[in-house]
Amino acid sequence: MIKLIRKFYYGDYDSTNPGASLNTNEKLSEETSWPLWEIFVRSKQGLDHKHVGSLHAADAAMAIENARDVYTRRNEGISIWVVQSKYIHATNAEDADSLYDPANDKTYRHPTFFDLPDAVKHM
Amino acid sequence: MPENMLSKIDYCLHLADNALILCHKNAAWCGHAPSPELDIALTNISLDLIGQARNFYQYAATLINENNAKGDSVTDDHLAFLRDVNEFKNCLLTEIPNGDWGQTMLRQFLFSNYQYFLFQQLINSKDEQIAAIAEKSIKETTYHLRWSSEWVIRLGDGTPESHSRMVHAVQELWPYTGELFLPADYEMDCLKSGIGADLELLKKDWWNKTHEIFSEATLSIPGKSFVQDGGKYGKHTENMIPLLTELQYMQRAYPGCEW
Amino acid sequence: MQVNALFLYTQRFDMETDAIEKIFQQKIDEEIKIEPKDWMPEKYRQTLIRQISQHAHSEIVGMLPEGGWIKYAPTLKRKAILIAKVQDEAGHGLYLYSAAETLGIDYLTMMEQLVSGKAKYSSIFNYPSLSWADMGAIGWLVDGAAILNQVMLCRTSYGPYARAMVRICKEESFHQRQGFDILYTLSQGTDEQKAMCQDAINRWWWPSLMMFGPKDEASTHSDQSMNWKIKRKSNDELRGQFVNMIAEQVKVLGMTLPDPDLKWNEEKNSYDFGEINWDEFWNVVKGNGPCNKQRIEARRKAHEGGTWVREAALAYADKKKNKSKAA
Repeated sequence: MIKLIRKFYYGDYDSTNPGASLNTNEKLSEETSWPLWEIFVRSKQGLDHKHVGSLHAADAAMAIENARDVYTRRNEGISIWVVQSKYIHATNAEDADSLYDPANDKTYRHPTFFDLPDAVKHM
Repeated sequence: MPENMLSKIDYCLHLADNALILCHKNAAWCGHAPSPELDIALTNISLDLIGQARNFYQYAATLINENNAKGDSVTDDHLAFLRDVNEFKNCLLTEIPNGDWGQTMLRQFLFSNYQYFLFQQLINSKDEQIAAIAEKSIKETTYHLRWSSEWVIRLGDGTPESHSRMVHAVQELWPYTGELFLPADYEMDCLKSGIGADLELLKKDWWNKTHEIFSEATLSIPGKSFVQDGGKYGKHTENMIPLLTELQYMQRAYPGCEW
Repeated sequence: MQVNALFLYTQRFDMETDAIEKIFQQKIDEEIKIEPKDWMPEKYRQTLIRQISQHAHSEIVGMLPEGGWIKYAPTLKRKAILIAKVQDEAGHGLYLYSAAETLGIDYLTMMEQLVSGKAKYSSIFNYPSLSWADMGAIGWLVDGAAILNQVMLCRTSYGPYARAMVRICKEESFHQRQGFDILYTLSQGTDEQKAMCQDAINRWWWPSLMMFGPKDEASTHSDQSMNWKIKRKSNDELRGQFVNMIAEQVKVLGMTLPDPDLKWNEEKNSYDFGEINWDEFWNVVKGNGPCNKQRIEARRKAHEGGTWVREAALAYADKKKNKSKAA
């Protein structure tokens, strides 16, 4: 079903003999990684913090500083949130049907569901 | 040219040289830091420093040109790339080799601590231009100080290896801290005319902060040690020779070109 | 190795593989992005890990040829611009390593693959930079070639990769311009500067064409990456686009490209160009380029020389955590 890829791509410099192992469980050294953090930046007062990416840091103070240095070099932000990635809990993609489809038929939740007499101007 | 104008020019060159030389040393880490995050962080400091250097060089160039009716006009690039080693007025601390990451962090802390309290004073300089540059620079320096302080603490109080590396770095750099507070004659002139900083006052602030950070970092401040000085007068360590050879290579090899 | 709840790659066993693969392919065909927790064929995941990590390595190794010239930059302005530019590449590497981590490989593993010499990265960075004009040629030609790929990759099917590319493309836009600006200034300068400019173009032209990889016809198997929309244009397609762009821009510089076969083909509405030296290409890929050893060695020194720093930071973070618990 899946055929071997023999073609070379940008960022994929030797796919027949990639060299590095893709066995992600293979650990080459004893060193422990700095934990991964998710970075949220508020671009200006009044807006939500928005997820901009991730980075590594040993602790929260360093994560904030790294985020400042990595993600706000071009005036992108005025406030930063950081949270260690492992503390983010998320829904499962497989549950998407049961979680989100039930909202589909509740059209009465949207204002456009209701036809108003023309006489009512703003509501 | 009046005496106090010469002092003001020397003072600006001194402030510019400090920033340029430290920028040049720090920038050598670009591509070689312990992680991409740290690479970016230290490079940000290099960029702030080169900005400060340009501001002070440009002001020095303006002063030189205004007071030199007959000669050719100079630019910030002339001042950075065409002066000889004995004309550079940076403190020796800025030209000391990077060593390991710990030594670079400690050098940054010792110098940012100095710059922070220096700019605190210079924002009240009677010279509007110097005050304005200080005003802009102090925001940057506040962050440099915070960032480098945290690294000194982290490494001082990290592992036994990092601690002993920091102890070594303190031994390497400490002899060059005394010079920061020994005023050159141009600094004294500028203090008298209300445009410079009072280094005695600065020394107290610097010591307090250094004590605070060292104690948190479980590092001890060395006892009395010999003070190496001379940088402010153009008497440098031999480190300056390869440094200027790199820095000035293009302008020396291809004089008078536009780049 | 760190596995975190958010990015845990999940395999679904409750469906026939064929059926679920069909659904997967359907999503791809409908231009629905694949996200970290979605089911994906193992081969898709592996292809992405390889491509994204190699791409990240290229950014990080790519800092070296230019980084080495920061100390020689001829003016304060050029020095500042070059520092900022090389710094951006560290950022790009970081965004890409993070994107690869969403697929279940961690940063240290990737870094160790690089410094052990096992991982690949773009061969272009195994060529030496020998003059200030190289800073221009790298920006104009190397970044120019990279941008064509990167713009395409903004639409790649894997969400985190596409988002990293969008951010990278935004930042990258100044890189090619600053490169061209360096060369343009040289082209307006002294004879020595003009010669420097032409020399750099001569040295970087062919390696930058090689950046697009082997010819399409060298591929003997079906094009899975294309079906998966990881990649959306072929090597030759992108290479042709690049030649057409550069062949025009070089005229503005008053310089030439070192290819006697380069000429406009009215019928094809694009440039014809000479044959790439594929022996050289393979030699550099295999590690025999002029700078392969030095580049890996520099990265190894940086990584291994930084181990004590990373360990100390973790140890300190632990101490602080324990202290605040005790308090």
